[in-house]
Amino acid sequence: MKDLLEIFWVFAKTGAITFGGGYVMLPIIQREAVENRHWLTEEQLIDFHSLSNCLPGIITLNCAVFIGNYRKGKLGGIAACLGAITPSIIIIMIIAALISGFADIPAVKDAFGGIRACVCALVLNVILKLWKKSVVGRTALVVFICAFACSVFTSVSAALIIIAAGIVGLAIFAVKSASSASGKGGGD
Amino acid sequence: MIYIRLFYEFFKTGLLSFGGGMTAVKFLYELAERTDWFTIAEVTNMIAISESTPGPIGINMATYAGYAAAGVPGSILASLGFAFPSMLIVSLVYGFIRRYRDSLLFTSVFSTLRPAAIALMCSAFVSLSMVTLINVDAFATGGLFAVLNYKSIILAAVCFFGIRKFKLPSVVFIAASALIGIVFDFSP
Repeated sequence: MKDLLEIFWVFAKTGAITFGGGYVMLPIIQREAVENRHWLTEEQLIDFHSLSNCLPGIITLNCAVFIGNYRKGKLGGIAACLGAITPSIIIIMIIAALISGFADIPAVKDAFGGIRACVCALVLNVILKLWKKSVVGRTALVVFICAFACSVFTSVSAALIIIAAGIVGLAIFAVKSASSASGKGGGD
Repeated sequence: MIYIRLFYEFFKTGLLSFGGGMTAVKFLYELAERTDWFTIAEVTNMIAISESTPGPIGINMATYAGYAAAGVPGSILASLGFAFPSMLIVSLVYGFIRRYRDSLLFTSVFSTLRPAAIALMCSAFVSLSMVTLINVDAFATGGLFAVLNYKSIILAAVCFFGIRKFKLPSVVFIAASALIGIVFDFSP
């Protein structure tokens, strides 16, 4: 039980100071889990993080569950995940409660009007940064165009679009493995 | 019952948001349209707040959205729902995920999931721009030029080039935009 609380606490500390995307947590976890507590090696940490990128769910939380699971089994994984999300839940709840109290003040409305313009810039920047990694090759471009068109011009839900893209990926896998099997005359 | 539905919708979002928090934005925009839990403008505000606070952006948005929908229990249920896929899936695949990571199956499926996720982000950007930079309702009274929300467009452009040029944390641009919003009267 004490171990579970410690896992929770380490990830709560990490979650409280991790501003920004998933990679920011790595040096912090490196210090807390690898160097201070020797829960895992740096190589294992990098391995877990790259695995986290390949699974559904949130990368930061996937990574936390991997480490917690490695340390103390399934309960450890859950403790790590809960630890990682608790500080931000508390902070955001406080902010949300405050904002709802102040929302009708004209200055606040003006401020958020300006903020929303900035958000346009932030989102565009993220898209441009991720574009090169995500849309590689002709197939990817075709998938992008179809997904974008469906999303903007039809009422097909985002969930369906993602699932459909996954199915197309499975189809590509099926085609590729069938052709390599017939080409080489057998499996690996 | 709203709590079950909140958990379910955010579970779905956490499960399918492959590009991270920014993909989740599209899911949230759709939720804003499908339910009366929160508006698109509120989701956009959430993005700015999530960028400025610790923790994964997806969890922050889930917490805020859950709070807007159903207060404190709503924020907890939405956050748990969003984190649940991570807890569930990583625990389940922990034993054997390594064997399959570089497999043809994974690379094929991700070759289509990534462009679809970016497409959803672009679609969210389109919705975001419609609401923030363009004022479609003004077309009837003012004609073409009244449609463009000049102040927001200029601020968004300035932020965009600022973000690209100066490697400052997002919160700096958000705070500056808030000030500019107040000074220049950005209320919608």
